[in-house]
Amino acid sequence: MEAAASYVKDGDDLRDTELRLGLPGTEAPEKPAAPSTRGSKRALQEDGDMESRAKSRPLEVDCGEAPAAKTQIVGWPPIRSYRRNSFPPRKVEAEAEAEAAGLYVKVSMDGAPYLRKIDLKVYKGYKELREAIDNMFKCFTQGEVSRKEGCSSGSESAITYEDKDGDLMLVGDVPWEMFISSCRRLRIMKGCEVRGLRTRQYS
Amino acid sequence: MVGGFRWAAMFPDEVWEHVFSFLPADADRNAAALVCRAWYRIERRSRWRVFVGNCYAVEPAAAVRRFPEVRAAAIKGKPHFADFNLVPSDWGGGAEAWVEAMAEGWPHLEELRLKRMVVSDDCLELIARCFKNFKVLSLVSCEGFSTAGLAAIAANCRNLRELDLHENEVEDNCLHWMSHFPESFASLVTLNIACLEGEVNVSVLERLIGRCPNLKTLRLNHSVPLERLVGLLHRVPQLVDLGTGKFAAQHHPELFSKLESAIAGCKNLKSLSGFWEAGPTYLPAIYSVCEGLTSLNLSYATLQGPELIKLISRCKNLQRLWVMDLIEDDGLIAVAASCKLLQELRVFPSDPYGAAQPISLTEHGLVAISAGCPMLHSVLYFCRQMTNAALLTVAKNCPNFTCFRLCIMEPHTPDYITRQPLDAGFSAIVESCKHLRRLSLSGLLTDLVFKSIGASANCLEMLSVAFAGDGDAGLHYILSGCKNLRKLEIRDCPFGDKPLLDNAAKLETMRSLWMSSCSVTLGACRQLARKMPLLNVEVINERKRGLPLELQPDNCPVEKLYIYRTVAGPRSDTPSCVWILR
Repeated sequence: MEAAASYVKDGDDLRDTELRLGLPGTEAPEKPAAPSTRGSKRALQEDGDMESRAKSRPLEVDCGEAPAAKTQIVGWPPIRSYRRNSFPPRKVEAEAEAEAAGLYVKVSMDGAPYLRKIDLKVYKGYKELREAIDNMFKCFTQGEVSRKEGCSSGSESAITYEDKDGDLMLVGDVPWEMFISSCRRLRIMKGCEVRGLRTRQYS
Repeated sequence: MVGGFRWAAMFPDEVWEHVFSFLPADADRNAAALVCRAWYRIERRSRWRVFVGNCYAVEPAAAVRRFPEVRAAAIKGKPHFADFNLVPSDWGGGAEAWVEAMAEGWPHLEELRLKRMVVSDDCLELIARCFKNFKVLSLVSCEGFSTAGLAAIAANCRNLRELDLHENEVEDNCLHWMSHFPESFASLVTLNIACLEGEVNVSVLERLIGRCPNLKTLRLNHSVPLERLVGLLHRVPQLVDLGTGKFAAQHHPELFSKLESAIAGCKNLKSLSGFWEAGPTYLPAIYSVCEGLTSLNLSYATLQGPELIKLISRCKNLQRLWVMDLIEDDGLIAVAASCKLLQELRVFPSDPYGAAQPISLTEHGLVAISAGCPMLHSVLYFCRQMTNAALLTVAKNCPNFTCFRLCIMEPHTPDYITRQPLDAGFSAIVESCKHLRRLSLSGLLTDLVFKSIGASANCLEMLSVAFAGDGDAGLHYILSGCKNLRKLEIRDCPFGDKPLLDNAAKLETMRSLWMSSCSVTLGACRQLARKMPLLNVEVINERKRGLPLELQPDNCPVEKLYIYRTVAGPRSDTPSCVWILR
């Protein structure tokens, strides 16, 4: 088993020559030899990377198992088969849970007396979401146009959202899937505040 | 011993029996039995609790004969590595021989606890029929029986108090087994059916528990829907230990408030488990009982860090926590801040094969717990990275560890900062924790760590080693040190013949030794078997290629080796892949 030690020493060098399906310059999937990435959020891995990641592990071959696309050592890690069978990969489980529960977020509109709640899972994209929100808050926007000073045609509003980190973001910037996974609540900003946002953008 | 005889006769036997009844541990009773013949005679007639750590270490009939008044027996079968599929499924550990002997010689048996044994429905029927005052059946990690066998127990054990089925593989062929409890049956204190795969008739269960006023423990299986949990809890508000069924349902405010009040109604709840498919929706329903909880098992719930933190920070009196690594370092830091009475922590991997996103559970979480929880003494921790510095800190913070099991999931992983082996870290653990009884190693380790363990781990009783060491010296250090070692299990280590043969006598002081994928040859095993008649040297060879084992040369490598001390000689129930060398 002396060879095992040499596998560990060459770990870093092997990374340079490994075959991957990722684009050049993209980070390789995390291996235990790599420095800690504690706290950093990582993008979801493409399915293709899983294959290449498994093949680039030199250690499994040493343990007497026939090399396979995804080599697993018998009885390792040491968890009861009872536990192994209970858990599908975390990604799938989280999706299943979200599907069952729905993705309800609060929607507030500046000036409206109460909030609404919508299920983001129900919509296929931003267009549908905007339409639904417009419908939901139609009753509050009709009276306002004449009262606001300086508002030209129609009421100006922007749909913003609070994301996982608590920041206020403009809806529409990121891909839909990324949006629904990070959106915690929606806020419809109205009138002057919105124009303030717009002018700040161009100054 | 004339002097011995005189003083033993000073008191009538009953007085000595009464004295012996204060000896808590079997080891003490065993020692007393060796003092003189009188004490041997008195002790054996008054021992009513027997523990057999290896079912093959003694003939069942011999054990039954020596201790005729036994009321409670606990027996273990397969080696621990059977849990991880390293032991062939037909290896042995059958319970029939024991149950038959007990039925013959211990008709007053009240308690039977079996672990890692093959228990057939016939065994269960025999138990149900032969022991008239049977009270406790506990089956842990067993297999070979079905719900039809459970039906026999239900129908016949009129005084049953505990039916504790923990992590067994049970065939589901009798849907209505619980209906076999007679209407007059009301003695249950513990009912644990968490491991059953099949549907449970909840109405029957409701009626059953409704008439058992002493029920303290109820652990359901995942088939019991959340809606029915409400009704069940209303019938047993005196519960101390609850294992929920499925803990998920469509969001329904009415169900939530009913569940919340049903759980709050159980004012004595100390332990919660189950939580299959638990999500953030219904978890707050248990908040009201969190302060009283001493034990919480969330290891089947794929809850994320924030939900776990919200829940666990309310559990100020928690002593035992089992959780998934989804808790991450941040969650463990919160646990360290809230659960000052924590004694036992187990962190299980949500993704053992590295298929999903990496989790931020590292050595930092373990260090935080060790710093924040002064009563911590038992740890099981699965992670992907570790440093010597972290282990040194843990060792310094927790000199009272009795059980330390660290599993770094990738074999041969070094200290990820210094790239050194983790020898220094684990050495610090064994040197600091003078009461350490159980240790599991992982990561990149050389012979040096075994030198420390052999020298310092004086209380160590069980050691698990995988993918470690450089050569024979490693095993030699262990076998020549560790004076209280009882169980040693090794896989995929470069340990060979020499340390085994040099330390043959040591093996007779231990319960068992398991070695698989090491460098042991058949010749050494033959030598060992010849030299040590009180050991069974079992060679397990599943590949079945070429010559039968008797004709193989001495230098033939041994795949799997299981050695255990026994006074029963070679067992007669070996399958074709197992050879007992003589």
